[in-house]
Amino acid sequence: MAMAPDLIVVRHSASGACDFLARICRAGIINAGDGTHEHPTQALLDAFTIREHKGRLDRLKVAIVGDLLHSRVLRSNVQLLTKLGADVWVSGPPTMMPPGIERLGVKATTSVDAAVDQADVIMMLRIQLERMEGAFFPSFREYFTVFGLTTERVARAKPDVIIMHPGPMNRGVEIASEVADGPYSVILEQVSNGVAVRMATLYLLAGGAEA
Amino acid sequence: MKRLLRGGRLIDPAQGLDGQFDVLIEDGRVARIDRDIAVNGQPDLDVVEVPADCVVCPGFIDMHVHLREPGFEHKETIATGTAAAVAGGFTAVACMPNTNPINDNASVTKYILEKAAQAGLARVYPIAAVSVESRGEQLAEIGELRAAGCVAISDDGRPVATAQLMRRALEYSSMFGMPVVDHCEDRSLAGEGVAHEGYHASLLGLRGIPAAAEEVMVDRDIVLAGLTGGAFHVAHMSVRGSLRAVRAGKARGVRVTCEVTPHHFILDDERLASPVSYDTNCKMNPPLRETADRDAMLEGLRDGSIDAIASDHAPHHYDEKKVEFDRAPFGIVGLETAVPLSLDRLVHTGVVGLGRLVELLSTNPASILGVPGGTLRRGSPADVTIIAPDLPVTVDASKFRSRSRNTPFDGWRLRGGVAATIVGGVTMWVNESAGFHL
Ligand SMILES: [Zn+2]
Repeated sequence: MAMAPDLIVVRHSASGACDFLARICRAGIINAGDGTHEHPTQALLDAFTIREHKGRLDRLKVAIVGDLLHSRVLRSNVQLLTKLGADVWVSGPPTMMPPGIERLGVKATTSVDAAVDQADVIMMLRIQLERMEGAFFPSFREYFTVFGLTTERVARAKPDVIIMHPGPMNRGVEIASEVADGPYSVILEQVSNGVAVRMATLYLLAGGAEA
Repeated sequence: MKRLLRGGRLIDPAQGLDGQFDVLIEDGRVARIDRDIAVNGQPDLDVVEVPADCVVCPGFIDMHVHLREPGFEHKETIATGTAAAVAGGFTAVACMPNTNPINDNASVTKYILEKAAQAGLARVYPIAAVSVESRGEQLAEIGELRAAGCVAISDDGRPVATAQLMRRALEYSSMFGMPVVDHCEDRSLAGEGVAHEGYHASLLGLRGIPAAAEEVMVDRDIVLAGLTGGAFHVAHMSVRGSLRAVRAGKARGVRVTCEVTPHHFILDDERLASPVSYDTNCKMNPPLRETADRDAMLEGLRDGSIDAIASDHAPHHYDEKKVEFDRAPFGIVGLETAVPLSLDRLVHTGVVGLGRLVELLSTNPASILGVPGGTLRRGSPADVTIIAPDLPVTVDASKFRSRSRNTPFDGWRLRGGVAATIVGGVTMWVNESAGFHL
């Protein structure tokens, strides 16, 4: 800490690493993703993107689908979106469902159809290769059949649904290409909003005044 | 040399004694227990006045500690570990074999016993490895280890790897009267887990160790103890399912006993989140479980289905614990906090009486391990723990005799402490704040 930085942006493979650092150094710590714990700026940019499209978050049905157990995007989004009044549904295989997730104020279901039904927002989570080796599910093929976001599934949602993904995507595993590139997708907007939200985060935490 | 412990209340469940008794010690052994033993005409008698609010007990035995020597002397040595033991009220400890080299042969056992004799504080009973290098393949030379002074076998740190090895270990060790102490954890279920699988681990993004990882192994071992007639002891039991299995096993006559640590009957997994999140002093294996498990441990202590309290004293260096939660080693020190925590959280809350506490800390550990002590019956070693049940104690890790300070209980204010620890008639430790002057 001899360099006395004002801010440190931390991305780390261990959950709690930012917490650990914040306790031992004076600089402001921006969590850019710690293990499977949190990814706060992703949640901020997701909420911002939703509000741009819907004008609000209150009472929107948001379905988050995929590897819930290992997702830091999930944990941050659940906290932020429920705080802002959204009706959050989470869906994924039972092998990747974090125990006690309902206590965070979400509805948990293994039926992706129930989760996306009349949804205003569908947020897909990335499936990682090594999960198959951990026997969380049998194959990518089967995963796509049971949980993949297809045009047919999108049709169950509200007509003005938006489709989100924190990237990078596995096309044909959690999401069909025609959905990822289709008319409801706001995935590229998420990327550009991410730049703005992270600039704002740095500005405010470095002591900048609200505009 | 003759000493008389005069006054105070004496509790010795093995003899059914609880009342005002004096203890006469001669040549390191208990010579007599009686009311008002006369002192006149014995000028060489050293009379120790026990304060009225103190309780004289058979020496406490911590049947599960890690002394780290040989191999990990930066964490603890036999000298510092036994100093911590006597300061914590323990006249004897049983040390686990996961040193480097592992205690899987008589020369390591002899080294441990030599170091313990040099330190000259608490008695040390080595526990031998079940298998060579605790690898779970071939049985260690248990007969030789027994002859060298080992009192039980365990691959602690790891479970006894396979059901077949556990079966053989139970069968083979029974001819030496040694129990098999198993660290019950199905490794395939526990995986790379670092915390109890449940709400708090979910929220913090920590990989979970399910309760079932312990429960299936306890079940397996009880079935095998039933099959072989061998004695199986559950190390550091932590979940309610294991307790259920132990109760059922005992009810049908299986030779199964179990121990619980103070942290598992006091703390639960909420500690992972508050007051400090990701505190590596709350990382142990088995992990802190949920409230219902913690409460079940208290119930088991109360109703007698739990046999012993053991600390699972697991010293780690400051630098090893001051890392990310994922990367920190499992375990906390416990020798210097176990007795005050037990008095505060078990006796003063009414979970158990003092008599039952002495069984948990002395009578039962001695009988499970088949070691001397556990009673102040005439002829027994004069190993005595004198406790001050109402003494206010503040845990101060910086003052520990242990070489390590990894405890989640630092700063806790407790009611009840150790007044003096006597091993073989010799005073090894005195707490002056308890009004003692020896
Ligand atoms: Zn263990």
